[in-house]
Amino acid sequence: MSPLLRFDAVTLRRGGRLLFEDLDLKVAAGEALQVAGPNGSGKSSLLRLAAGLLRAECGGTYRSAVALADDSIALDRELPLTQALRFWSPKADEALQRVGLAELAAVPVRLLSSGQLKRATLARVAASGAPLWLLDEPLNGLDSEGAERLAQLVEQHRGSGGAVLAASHLVLSGEWRRIDLGR
Amino acid sequence: MIAALIGRDVRRGFTGAAWLPIAFFLLVAALVPFAIGPDARLLARIGAGALWIAALTAALLPVERLIEPDRSDGVLDQLLLHGMAEESIAIAKVIAHWLTFAPLLLIAAAPASALLAMDGKSLATTEIALAIGTPGLAALAVGIAAVTAGLPRAGSLAGLLLLPLAVPLLIFGAADAYLLESALSLVLTAGTPFVAGAAIRAART
Repeated sequence: MSPLLRFDAVTLRRGGRLLFEDLDLKVAAGEALQVAGPNGSGKSSLLRLAAGLLRAECGGTYRSAVALADDSIALDRELPLTQALRFWSPKADEALQRVGLAELAAVPVRLLSSGQLKRATLARVAASGAPLWLLDEPLNGLDSEGAERLAQLVEQHRGSGGAVLAASHLVLSGEWRRIDLGR
Repeated sequence: MIAALIGRDVRRGFTGAAWLPIAFFLLVAALVPFAIGPDARLLARIGAGALWIAALTAALLPVERLIEPDRSDGVLDQLLLHGMAEESIAIAKVIAHWLTFAPLLLIAAAPASALLAMDGKSLATTEIALAIGTPGLAALAVGIAAVTAGLPRAGSLAGLLLLPLAVPLLIFGAADAYLLESALSLVLTAGTPFVAGAAIRAART
């Protein structure tokens, strides 16, 4: 079975700075992989590379359909949350239930707190139907209940044959294979 | 997805400040008689040109909100992940911008022509010229918006870029040279998505 994400000897340089070189990586279905490392080690760039938003200097990449949750909310701030999410997926209501935001479905996005916005971006990913989730610092802004829901989301996604690649300098709860950048 | 993006941008335009460029257009048209004087024959003679200048300056107003908010909010990235090419995004933006801007402008041209003492025939030819030229103008605005997105003082820079580039449209439009204006508008509408797409791609890296 082919992996959902594969890097073959990938080198990435941004702004003239070498972030990683000859990196091999495989993320198979049912797997959760955490990319760890200090600030500026290239974790977010690795995720953007995995999403196809950046191009490697050399090496090969293969990816299945992906969904990305990073610091950008990508939701219409003037719309109620559920309507803003529906632009990306018809499964918005179900995803809001899963991240614990169902009661805020009618609230305009601009009125949400940073933690609620983080959950909303996770809901966008959960509603996407993409087999590979890319989560950039998924714990940022989340309270303990939000972190617990994130762990449940990841487990359910893995159980349904999906995979998760997360970039975080924090310890993520659940079963994660871990690679360190910047060492 | 392209239809959804057009619908979203049109809705955002009309619930946002779509009236602002039109109000600006009318205001510029209203200022001309104050500057030129009440000579109806003179006003009628320069009316078409004045309307075109008003349309150009009005088109400049929304440039900053055509691309930049979606770039900074990560919407452009998500659209790419949903399989839209940068050029398709630009096409959707041009269509949505034209829909929120041009029909209102064509309607507003009627009261503006009255302020400029233009007769029915002059109004009709100007309306035709604006209808032909506004797609090119919308495309130009999106192209400039993409090129300047994320840059400091992007609004001023957009003005400096857009106004000179729109001069050929202005010349052919104000002279009622429909064929040349159509050709130019078509070239701008067809070519700008590639320029805007390349700019969006370059800004991402």
